Amino acid sequence: MNLTPWLPFEWVVAFRFLKEGRIQTAFIITGISIGVAVIVFMSALLTGMQANFVNRVLTGQAHIQLLVHKEVVRPLYSEPGVFESHTLQMPLQRFKSIDQWQSVAVEVARIPEVNVVSPAISGSALLTRGEASRSVSVIGMIPEPYFKIIPLPEKMVHGQALVTSESILIGTELATDMGVGIGDKLRISTGNGSVNTLNVTGIFDLGNKGANSRNVFVAFRTAQSMFGLIGGASVLDLTLHDVYAAETVARQIERQTGLQADSWIKTNEQFFTAVKAQTTANTAIRLFVALSVGFGIASVLVVSVVQRSREIGILRAMGITRGQVLRVFLLQGGLLGFAGALVGASMGGAALVLWQKFQRNADGTVMFALTFDTQLLVQTLVLASLTGLLAAFAPALRAARLDPVVAIRG
Amino acid sequence: MEVYSTKTNSPSSVLELKGIRKSFNVGEANETEILHGIDLTLMEGEFCAVVGPSGSGKSTLLNTVGLLDRPSSGSMKICGEETSLLSDQGLTHLRGHKIGFVFQYHYLLSAFSAIENVMMPMFADAGFVNTAMHERAAFLLESVGLTPWLDAPATHLSGGQQQRVAVARALAMRPALILADEPTGNLDTKSADGVFGLLQSVCKEQGTTVLFVTHNPLLSARCEKTIEVVDGQIR
Repeated sequence: MNLTPWLPFEWVVAFRFLKEGRIQTAFIITGISIGVAVIVFMSALLTGMQANFVNRVLTGQAHIQLLVHKEVVRPLYSEPGVFESHTLQMPLQRFKSIDQWQSVAVEVARIPEVNVVSPAISGSALLTRGEASRSVSVIGMIPEPYFKIIPLPEKMVHGQALVTSESILIGTELATDMGVGIGDKLRISTGNGSVNTLNVTGIFDLGNKGANSRNVFVAFRTAQSMFGLIGGASVLDLTLHDVYAAETVARQIERQTGLQADSWIKTNEQFFTAVKAQTTANTAIRLFVALSVGFGIASVLVVSVVQRSREIGILRAMGITRGQVLRVFLLQGGLLGFAGALVGASMGGAALVLWQKFQRNADGTVMFALTFDTQLLVQTLVLASLTGLLAAFAPALRAARLDPVVAIRG
Repeated sequence: MEVYSTKTNSPSSVLELKGIRKSFNVGEANETEILHGIDLTLMEGEFCAVVGPSGSGKSTLLNTVGLLDRPSSGSMKICGEETSLLSDQGLTHLRGHKIGFVFQYHYLLSAFSAIENVMMPMFADAGFVNTAMHERAAFLLESVGLTPWLDAPATHLSGGQQQRVAVARALAMRPALILADEPTGNLDTKSADGVFGLLQSVCKEQGTTVLFVTHNPLLSARCEKTIEVVDGQIR
């Protein structure tokens, strides 16, 4: 018995019809495969590229920073709507602590989207050694929570991320500029006249030249003392579970706490716009490829319905229902989509492997990690099959509605 | 030849047509009535030839009786069941279970073998294939002398063999009525004789009613009953 006993009637007929028109079937599967391969390759490439960019941007910064609002001048009114003076002078921005930062940190940590909250002191200082001096951005932090936001231990190229009251961590560029190595001392002075001498215990590379020459890390209490902010914190750094929710969560926190909340999306607006433009372009490419795949399947099935109209007529004369005829052609669309997606996903995977093998940085390292997501594979298979079913609907309906008398007469 | 065993001692009517009319393009300026009130009764086991000039309405009559087309008016009963009240699904079911078709061209499914073509109506009805279907199809093909070609692709058979497969397929569901629309029209004399003899033996031995459209006066002369359709009426 050649007919498969466990396959329903419609499946057997659909398979046989596709097998019989094998050249037509092979051509359309090739067409679908190329489309699916493009989708798989482009998606993995763009996802990898975006993840790499976002990772690079977020390596050296928190997802959200909570700060005290800048001081503003309030004009004096002589009467409603009339200023006493038209000359307003911008005030000097005093270095201030977040009021009740401990309770704010607890309140913010309760927000489900928030992953880590870390207090910090952030200010500018002058670093000197002999005749060399550099202005730097000092970040005083508590290692345990802060390293969950910026994984400094992973970024160390010399020494270790050891933060004590007398230690300082500096970037590779700054170390070169100042001519220091591990164990050397640096004088650090702030605007309020405080001067400290600290030991270099670690040299890091954040993957960004600017950050490596500008940022230094000291202990939280050391920074409090340096900037005269005993018991205070000028910044609360936050990370979230979903980096792309940063702006929404920042606005929520701003409403909740009254503090200024700057998300990484806002501070890197141009970069984020580029990421969004890439995503939109990728979606558009997917849509147009899916459309061309769908129309390809539909056109093949329309031809098949015309070619098989007499067979459809005789099947109907044998007592086969309109529903069965409809399912036979829908299945053909689904099977073409599925088979094309299977081959296309393999082709896309192979293209990714080749891309990673041949596209390298100047130093021979991988440009960025590309992962072949199994979820993407499943999504592709399901979506391609659904596209096939959808594309087959019109030809299938046409087949089901064929008048058997007209069909047999041809 | 034992093809199936539904024969009863007292013959009953398989087909009853009363005042069947069929018009095309109803309600339009070019409305044409093809059948002008056909009355016809065929009993179980009758072999009736339908003759008449081209365009007289023979094929329209056969399509109407075969439930492929609905009559414009009149009453039609198949195996006692009034068909005018049936839905499209009901007509399809009745057609699949009570009527077998043999056309001038065999219309075998080219993607399937001879035995698979014969199994097709049973397979479609049951949804899944089973051993009993295979056995019955093999038996029917043996009955039409095609045992050596059971697994041959339909396209590899000669015209006469393909038509015999079509006859076996028409018998697969044990129909009460076989409608044959010039089944020998495309065959050489020997093959035509073989197919005609096959239908006659099915009729005689198993009591299947056969309505046989032909232009061949030699074949119609061998039928026990002949009706002539002229201008949409039976003479």
